[in-house]
Amino acid sequence: MLTAVGSLTAMGVALGGMLGVAARLLAVEEDPLELELQAMLPGSQCGQCGFVGCAQAAVALAKGEASVTLCPPGGKAVAEQLAKRLGVTVDLGDQAPRVPVYAVIDEELCIGCTRCVKECSVDGIVGASKLMHTIVAEVCHGCSKCAQVCPTDAIRMVEIPLTLAAWHWPKPASPHTH
Amino acid sequence: MIGAETTKSGPFAHSTNTVRQTMFTVILALSPATLFNLYLFGWPSILLFGVTIGACVVTEAICLALAGRPVTHTLSDGSAVLTGWLLAMTLPPWAPWWIGVLGAVFAIPLAKQAFGGLGQNLFNPAMVARVALLVSFPVVMTAWIAPHPLFSASAPGLADSIAITFGGQVPDGVTAATALGYVKTELSRGIPVFQSLVEYGRGSNLTYTPDLMDLATGYKPGSLGETSAILILIGGLFLMRRRIITWHIPVTVLGTLFLMGTLFNLLDPGRFAPGLFHVISGATFLGAFFIATDYVTSPVSEKGQLIFGIGVGLLTWVIRTFAGYPEGMAFAVLLMNSLTPIIDQYTRPRLFGRTRKGEPLPLKGKA
Amino acid sequence: MKLFPIRGGIHPEYRKELSGERAIEALPLPSRLYIPLQQHIGAPAEILVSEGDLVKKGQVIARRQGQISAHHHASTSGRVVEVTEIPAPHPSGLPQPTIVIEPDGRDEWVTLPEPIADPFAAAPEVIEERVAESGIVGMGGATFPSAVKLNLGIRHRIDTLLINGAECEPYLTCDDRLMREHAEAIIDGARIMAHTLGAPRIVVGIEENKPQALAAITVAASDFPNIDVAALPVKYPMGSERHLTLAITGLETPARKLTADLGVVVHNVATARAVHQAVRLGRPLIARVVTVSGGAMREPKNIEAPIGARVSDLIDFCGGFSQRPERIIQGGPMMGTPLPNLDVPVVKGTSGILALTAAEINERPADPCIRCGACVNICACGLTPVELAAHIRHDDLEGAAKLGLADCVSCGSCSWVCPSHIPLVHYFNYAKGALNARDREQRKTERTKTLVEANAARQERIAAQRAAARKPKAAPAANEVPS
Repeated sequence: MLTAVGSLTAMGVALGGMLGVAARLLAVEEDPLELELQAMLPGSQCGQCGFVGCAQAAVALAKGEASVTLCPPGGKAVAEQLAKRLGVTVDLGDQAPRVPVYAVIDEELCIGCTRCVKECSVDGIVGASKLMHTIVAEVCHGCSKCAQVCPTDAIRMVEIPLTLAAWHWPKPASPHTH
Repeated sequence: MIGAETTKSGPFAHSTNTVRQTMFTVILALSPATLFNLYLFGWPSILLFGVTIGACVVTEAICLALAGRPVTHTLSDGSAVLTGWLLAMTLPPWAPWWIGVLGAVFAIPLAKQAFGGLGQNLFNPAMVARVALLVSFPVVMTAWIAPHPLFSASAPGLADSIAITFGGQVPDGVTAATALGYVKTELSRGIPVFQSLVEYGRGSNLTYTPDLMDLATGYKPGSLGETSAILILIGGLFLMRRRIITWHIPVTVLGTLFLMGTLFNLLDPGRFAPGLFHVISGATFLGAFFIATDYVTSPVSEKGQLIFGIGVGLLTWVIRTFAGYPEGMAFAVLLMNSLTPIIDQYTRPRLFGRTRKGEPLPLKGKA
Repeated sequence: MKLFPIRGGIHPEYRKELSGERAIEALPLPSRLYIPLQQHIGAPAEILVSEGDLVKKGQVIARRQGQISAHHHASTSGRVVEVTEIPAPHPSGLPQPTIVIEPDGRDEWVTLPEPIADPFAAAPEVIEERVAESGIVGMGGATFPSAVKLNLGIRHRIDTLLINGAECEPYLTCDDRLMREHAEAIIDGARIMAHTLGAPRIVVGIEENKPQALAAITVAASDFPNIDVAALPVKYPMGSERHLTLAITGLETPARKLTADLGVVVHNVATARAVHQAVRLGRPLIARVVTVSGGAMREPKNIEAPIGARVSDLIDFCGGFSQRPERIIQGGPMMGTPLPNLDVPVVKGTSGILALTAAEINERPADPCIRCGACVNICACGLTPVELAAHIRHDDLEGAAKLGLADCVSCGSCSWVCPSHIPLVHYFNYAKGALNARDREQRKTERTKTLVEANAARQERIAAQRAAARKPKAAPAANEVPS
């Protein structure tokens, strides 16, 4: 009896110790994960996640301090990628889907200050100084940085309308249980 | 607005198949054999039959209520009744009532609802129950009775029957060995199979002696599902005709068993029972047509079903021939059940326009 | 003629007798016509008219733009009263730009292009151009611009043109009636298309449950030794392009390839007739035959309706409903889609309008899967629907994709056969759409990333240039350069 308990305890201690040592010695630096996560993010440094830029968001994600759904421009696709890499599950169905938006400049109000042009990280705004600007809708990814700097509030974020081509059937309501 | 609900995609036509219809067709197919056997073993078997099915339905209802699922809707699919029916058909007909109740507890909450209910269970619930009972109560579960047809002189009356089923007072001198059991016991005593077969047919020291014809028609000791091979066969053919089951599993089970039996019998008739004997004795027909073909626990593709059937036939033969138990169908089915997911995975049909490996087909000689 | 077996398939209740013996009738001119700019696969057409314009019958009112698109024409003469957005004949009911024409009742033709005198002497490009100018799209329901499909002869060596008269969808009889009543036009159109494609051989495939159509087409084709008529076994989904090709030629189209890669092009019978009209008469596609049927329809009919007539106009012409329909759908019951309302127009792909009763649809709440395997055994594409649906239910779309989701043709057979009434095809339609949406989002993120990188690189370059420019003047100034 005692020998059994004793030998098992000894084995437990020895193996546990080995595992502990191995964890220290073979520990992987966190950096590759951060870089990998950062590569998944759009990289526009829009700051909508609450972090200064995508690199900082990736650090937080890697530490598990931020939710994988943090990136509005990345949307569902990025959230799912992040979740897969981090091995966490997110119920994207429950999360209110963020409606994709793009920026529109009210041509009456624009004074051609070019502040938004400088702010845009995807070069989606065309227009010279003192002239009215326009946003290339296909390029805009809805970070809304331009809207924040516009001195005349001429920039609005508008929902991207759902087209016939983009529409798809919703997920069928689940029967009681399978 | 007429037809305004557009949230559901097509098709807007549907076959008339339903789960309930499927279950009750199976029950209908089982009925001839069941009625004949209830007649053969009289009131005690009728009481046990009722208790077993009732217990299955009640345990199912309790499980559904606990899980917060629609009780009456789910009960009406008939799957609990069918499980109870099949279980009752594998029990010794004069077994006490608690065998039926305990069997229901093994079958429904443990083998079925714990996995998530209908369609989710890995193992055939009736077979799980039978094997659990057999292992736990080997004596009660192998107390086979010689036929005592209703209204015959030897048949117990209703009052006696209640005593048998609910009081456990089985009169002396009514038990008999099944053919498979007899052969196995005799073999262990060193008596060759061909000899014990003849003896079983002649009935040396038994209260009841079936001949070969009786083996097929069912006038012999055994469970409700074991006795009448011919009526079970008729039920099975009816299921095939109604397209509830296909030929794949029954034919491969019976064929494999017959081939293995015949082959080894030719090699050593003293050690191995003949193929035909394997096919018509025990619960072979019930197993081949009604147990192994259970949708939930058998592979979905036809190719998978062929593999499954061969496996069941082979294992049944191996267990009957080499293992301690005379009957191997239940074990064989359970073992193959555990392989069903992997068989399914490897027997998916080839996709249209793709090779077996899933690569697009090559274009043949086209520029 | 030797045929080849196809895997699986089902035998639903066809109910073609409801409308099969009704000759095609023309719809009286409705009070308004609603012509959407998008009636086809590809880019929407570009509008050419504006409010108040007077248009003639057959006049181009919207022009194709881009590689894959189609012209649209005024279905009658009248005035453009409005260019507006109305719900599309699509389950989403999303609004889409539509030209509203008020007919003047004169039904006056515009000056039509000259008929092509001898199409068999004409260059393929001439025929293609005419087909494109006539706004012809695949009328079997896929609505792919036909001119693009006739173009396939350039890059591929086409040896067989298949004319699809299988009409395997239950209820629908529009192709059946066309074949019975306009067999010569169909055969002529088919010959013109074969000439354009450079295909030496034509096979018309018709299911055996249409004996009169088979007879009429056989007679019409008897003068042409290069035309075969194949009587196909009655089996759904025989009319699927790839399965029809397999059944008739024995060739299995590889995944992600076109039948044209095997030297086969498939066109619908109604498309063949439209090509005949465009080439021989100069008439654009401004009307189509629609089967209006279903158990709730008072008087099922086959109606030749102008494009843009409202569904309610057709239903009224059939005497309205005899009982409350459970659903109104467009197309056949297997692959058709529910209509958002009855004011949506008939478009070029509308093959049927069905008012179905609850008994006909036989819809029930889904029960648990009992793994009966019926869906696996009947799937014409060799899929395991039971497994795919399980993956999709648990949001594992990639898992479903690995099992061949993209190879599903959404024929509906698995949902039809399922004893548990699990909406299998709905799961697949959802998953395909969701995966596409995800791909689009992914591509957008990728593009954003590239643009951001380009932007960052440029900013750096500018900063570096500035720094370089300032250095010679005053060294301390370099510190002021914003980073």
